[in-house]
Amino acid sequence: MQRKVALKITTTLCTKNGCLDAGTIERVQSLAFLIPQAFVANTQRSLHWFLRLRSSSIFQVCVMSKAVVDVPPKGGFSFDLCRRNEMLSKKGVQTPPFRKTGTTIVGLVFQDGVILGADTRATEGPIVCDKNCEKIHYMAPNIYCCGAGTAADTEAVTDMVSSQLQLHRYHTGRESRVVTALTLLKSHLFSYQGYVQAALVLGGVDCTGPHLHTIYPHGSTDTLPFATMGSGSLAAMAVFESKYHEGLTREEGINLVSEAICSGIFNDLGSGSNVDVCVITKGHKEYLRNHQLPNPRTYVSAKGYSFPKPIEVLLTKVTPLKEKVEVIEGGDAMEE
Amino acid sequence: MQLMDSSHSNPMSLCSQADSQRTLYPYVTGTSVIGVKYKDGILMAADMGGSYGSTLRYKSVERMKPIGKHSLLGASGEISDFQEILHYLDELILYDNMWDDGNSLGPKEVHSYLTRVMYNRRNKFNPLWNSLVLGGVKNGQKYLGTVSMIGVHFEDNHVATGFGNHLARPILRDEWHEDLSFEDGVKLLEKCMRVLLYRDRSAVNKLQIAKITEEGVTISQPYSLKTFWGFSAFQNPTVGAEGSW
Repeated sequence: MQRKVALKITTTLCTKNGCLDAGTIERVQSLAFLIPQAFVANTQRSLHWFLRLRSSSIFQVCVMSKAVVDVPPKGGFSFDLCRRNEMLSKKGVQTPPFRKTGTTIVGLVFQDGVILGADTRATEGPIVCDKNCEKIHYMAPNIYCCGAGTAADTEAVTDMVSSQLQLHRYHTGRESRVVTALTLLKSHLFSYQGYVQAALVLGGVDCTGPHLHTIYPHGSTDTLPFATMGSGSLAAMAVFESKYHEGLTREEGINLVSEAICSGIFNDLGSGSNVDVCVITKGHKEYLRNHQLPNPRTYVSAKGYSFPKPIEVLLTKVTPLKEKVEVIEGGDAMEE
Repeated sequence: MQLMDSSHSNPMSLCSQADSQRTLYPYVTGTSVIGVKYKDGILMAADMGGSYGSTLRYKSVERMKPIGKHSLLGASGEISDFQEILHYLDELILYDNMWDDGNSLGPKEVHSYLTRVMYNRRNKFNPLWNSLVLGGVKNGQKYLGTVSMIGVHFEDNHVATGFGNHLARPILRDEWHEDLSFEDGVKLLEKCMRVLLYRDRSAVNKLQIAKITEEGVTISQPYSLKTFWGFSAFQNPTVGAEGSW
């Protein structure tokens, strides 16, 4: 006869977070399942003792504890809160919308290196929450990365890999290579099975030459002469497919990138505002923030604004309020 | 008597019969159609592929047809519904000719008729699963309009259906201008069709271009576009990182 841990005792433990309530173990004909909440070590021990008292058979109780106990962290996604989220959504609580970058990002290889481009609109559902955000992230002095998808994911992932690259540079004493950043990003994204929704265009110039890669949220990558990602990728790709050729000069490349981003800005609702461009060549990079501003504020009144005449001030009198606290100058500094 | 019996004994089957006669999903589909106004009339381009799900089943489907004397109809979506629409339009033009009053239906009228048909079918939850492009010239007036399967219709200088909306419209918005010459118009359409060929999975490299002017309709012979695959990054994508992909 196998006793299983009932749902009741699980929720009691969860809400009290470590305090073991003497809930009854009910005989439930269900499989033993993971208790998906974390609690402190002594609670864990008392749970075992408690359950052993009540049952004659031995059964498994799997627990996941937080930082208090020295358990090595398991990699990958932790599905701890999924059951609770489901319960909340059944009760009508809506998840807050993600701040997505609903974007157009592009990259192309020209004769001396790589040019990256991005628009600057960040959306939260139907609302534009940031009119001028930065989507071209720094990875290394010679490598930059554009990010589309969930803004938090792109920021966090590019920050993380940028730090890893710097440590690697200190370790090896050499300039970072684009494929290093590529491998770090793709293995991170793959281990999270697409839940980290970051779609990236990675470009840079290293000792082996200029490189341009796209990285998809599930971890697959492509090496391409020109690439576009984001909701405006089709509009931008239409421009690239019709106008790209090998051996572009720097001016031609910047113009083509700007044209592709403008195509995304004007033909896609998720992209808008301004054009950012980043040009990377051997040993030199140029980050042209707001290279083009094709959406200026147009309807400003030319005559200026006139406000009605204010009421005249007849008398000014300042009465300081009595201070309740005596401030002693040079008192003890706040203790840490 | 027998009829009454059968209708009494199985009312359920009547309901299910009615259900199974609505269009639920398309089977053989054509991909995008693009149309532009140019100096002398309308230019329209469509490829000749009919896909059966993810297979390219038919490679010689003519998706553009002349209607009456003044119009040209291009369709994407379910091919059988397109043939049904042609049947309706045949009847419409026939009745118009029978009046024999020297007047003939122009593109605006045909567009209006198609809008009513599509919207009516959608209201009965039995749509004709097509996106149509209708262009024509009558009495010097050029007309280019589109109707979708739910009845959304409008008229514009350049229209596209399906994937063409995402890939071709941006190019057309940038590069279309009034009074395009015939050669420029064809070049513009070919540019859009090439991008569609690269980036739409259901596109085939066999297309027709149709033109309609005051004189009449000309649909070209099928031909294919030249494509370029010789980028150096395609030749050796893993240079600098042996073993990666």
